[in-house]
Amino acid sequence: MADPGAPGAAIRTSGLTKRFGDQVAVAGIDLDVPRGAVYGFLGPNGSGKTTTIRMLLGLVRATTGGIEVLGAAIPQQAAQVLPRVGSLVEGPGFHAHLTGAANLRRLDAVDPAADHATTSDRVAGALARVGLTAAADKRYRKYSLGMKQRLAIAAALLSPREILVLDEPTNGLDPQGTREIRSLISTLAAAGVTVFVSSHLLSEVEQVCSHVGIMNAGRLVAQGTVRDLQAGRATTVRVTTGDPASAARVLTRLGLKNVSTSRAEATGAPTGEHDPPTVVAALVAAGVPVSGFVVCTPTLEELFVELTGEGYAVDA
Amino acid sequence: MRELLRFLASELRLVAGRRRNQAGVLVLMALPIALVIGDKVSSRGGRREGTGAGFVDQITTNGIFAAFAALTIELGLFLPMGIAMVSGDAVAGEAQAGTLRYLLTVPVSRARLLAVKYVALVLTGIFGAVAVAVTGVVCGALFFGVGPLTTLSGNQIPLSAGIGRLALSVLYVSAGLAALAAVGLFVSTLTEQPIAVTVVVMVITAGSWILDSIPQLSALHPWLLVDRWLFFADLMRDPPAWGNIVSGLGVDAAYAVVFLLAAWASFANRDVTS
Repeated sequence: MADPGAPGAAIRTSGLTKRFGDQVAVAGIDLDVPRGAVYGFLGPNGSGKTTTIRMLLGLVRATTGGIEVLGAAIPQQAAQVLPRVGSLVEGPGFHAHLTGAANLRRLDAVDPAADHATTSDRVAGALARVGLTAAADKRYRKYSLGMKQRLAIAAALLSPREILVLDEPTNGLDPQGTREIRSLISTLAAAGVTVFVSSHLLSEVEQVCSHVGIMNAGRLVAQGTVRDLQAGRATTVRVTTGDPASAARVLTRLGLKNVSTSRAEATGAPTGEHDPPTVVAALVAAGVPVSGFVVCTPTLEELFVELTGEGYAVDA
Repeated sequence: MRELLRFLASELRLVAGRRRNQAGVLVLMALPIALVIGDKVSSRGGRREGTGAGFVDQITTNGIFAAFAALTIELGLFLPMGIAMVSGDAVAGEAQAGTLRYLLTVPVSRARLLAVKYVALVLTGIFGAVAVAVTGVVCGALFFGVGPLTTLSGNQIPLSAGIGRLALSVLYVSAGLAALAAVGLFVSTLTEQPIAVTVVVMVITAGSWILDSIPQLSALHPWLLVDRWLFFADLMRDPPAWGNIVSGLGVDAAYAVVFLLAAWASFANRDVTS
């Protein structure tokens, strides 16, 4: 297992670009995924996530730019480093006429790095981990969509990994299955595995991510720890009061930005020097009848919607 | 090396496990059976006129000729079709099923993947030719018995020598199929549609047979893959006439080298987006 404190990045790209003909799928992105991170790779469908993942795994050749995975250059050193990387790329892919277990044995048989004395144990272990033990000897063609997706995750877990690259791992899963995947990601991360998980649905992964990168139209429009990305955004305070006008005056006097009022509320954006207790104290001292005070931290969802123009406007 | 053998064993299990391939082997084996039964039935009504396949008439005198006759007939359609089908699965089929990307990220190097796929195709061809020959010998022996063979040169050779000549014929047929498999592997790297590979390989095979049968195009004939495929009959002369066999193997080898290099060129740096 990887040491989360180990130096160097798990995945790093510089100016990574992919053109298909005239179309630019990925436009010069600089990914930086620290070891031990759970990195949420977010963006709407068609924003270049899967093409990027395919380049990280050596399936697609970059037009320009460099890729390092665990310090090794991709695709040149893919053979040395990819055995330490488990992956789920753009949905499951298995032989329909083989059983789930036989499909995993097939993948293990072609792996020069696998310890073949332990194949059965590892196959059984991986199937158990995704809850497919009962369906191990069922033909793949009989699997439901969710079972297929689980089998793909089992394949990624077949050998001990230092990085897991999971492209839309919750596709086709019901809410319970989605929760199980989240819990699996947390367990793996706790064991020191770096998890690089892509999704077009932020809500499915934001609870487990330590880092986030947001793609839009082939560009990486934001990247960092979840905390940093949130900190970089304006929080707002919201005062519920019978006298919004007075409240707004106080907020303006304190130097809050974008102060506005509505029928029973005044809102404003505090800058760095305002901590909430000071604001409340000032309001009370000015005789404003405060019946409620809320500090609204912007959610990642809002940032995601703002950066990608995706999702639905909740406030509309 | 052990890893390669393990991969190959897995590949062969995959090919052998497909119902369609199992059915294909049954079709290959059905022809010599039909041939022998047909000869048995018609021989009761006296000898027929000779057919295109010279061996067919000899089956009634010696069952082993059923194997030679069946190989001759099956090279026209069924054996190449088997190679066409299995080579469609080789790379295009893996791409279509979505398994190609998972093989490559295991990771299996692209060179190793092509090498194992090709060896599996060659072994499939050998298996097909052996299945036809063995079925022919067994059925022929059951219906007509076997004994010393009369060669095309008119003299007799012992049964053991005849079996040896048959084994060489099977290898010669397999070499032709191996060359066709290289064509199939190349086509298989170009598409994600296995059926398209099968069609293209069959068009190439059938087209070659047609061109080979047009005397006005005789200048082209030496360059056609199938042109010398049936010359394993020369092994049934005494002594065997090696000239066409050797040049036939040369053509097979040339096709194999050219199309394996083409397959590598097409696959080595291709973007796998399937």
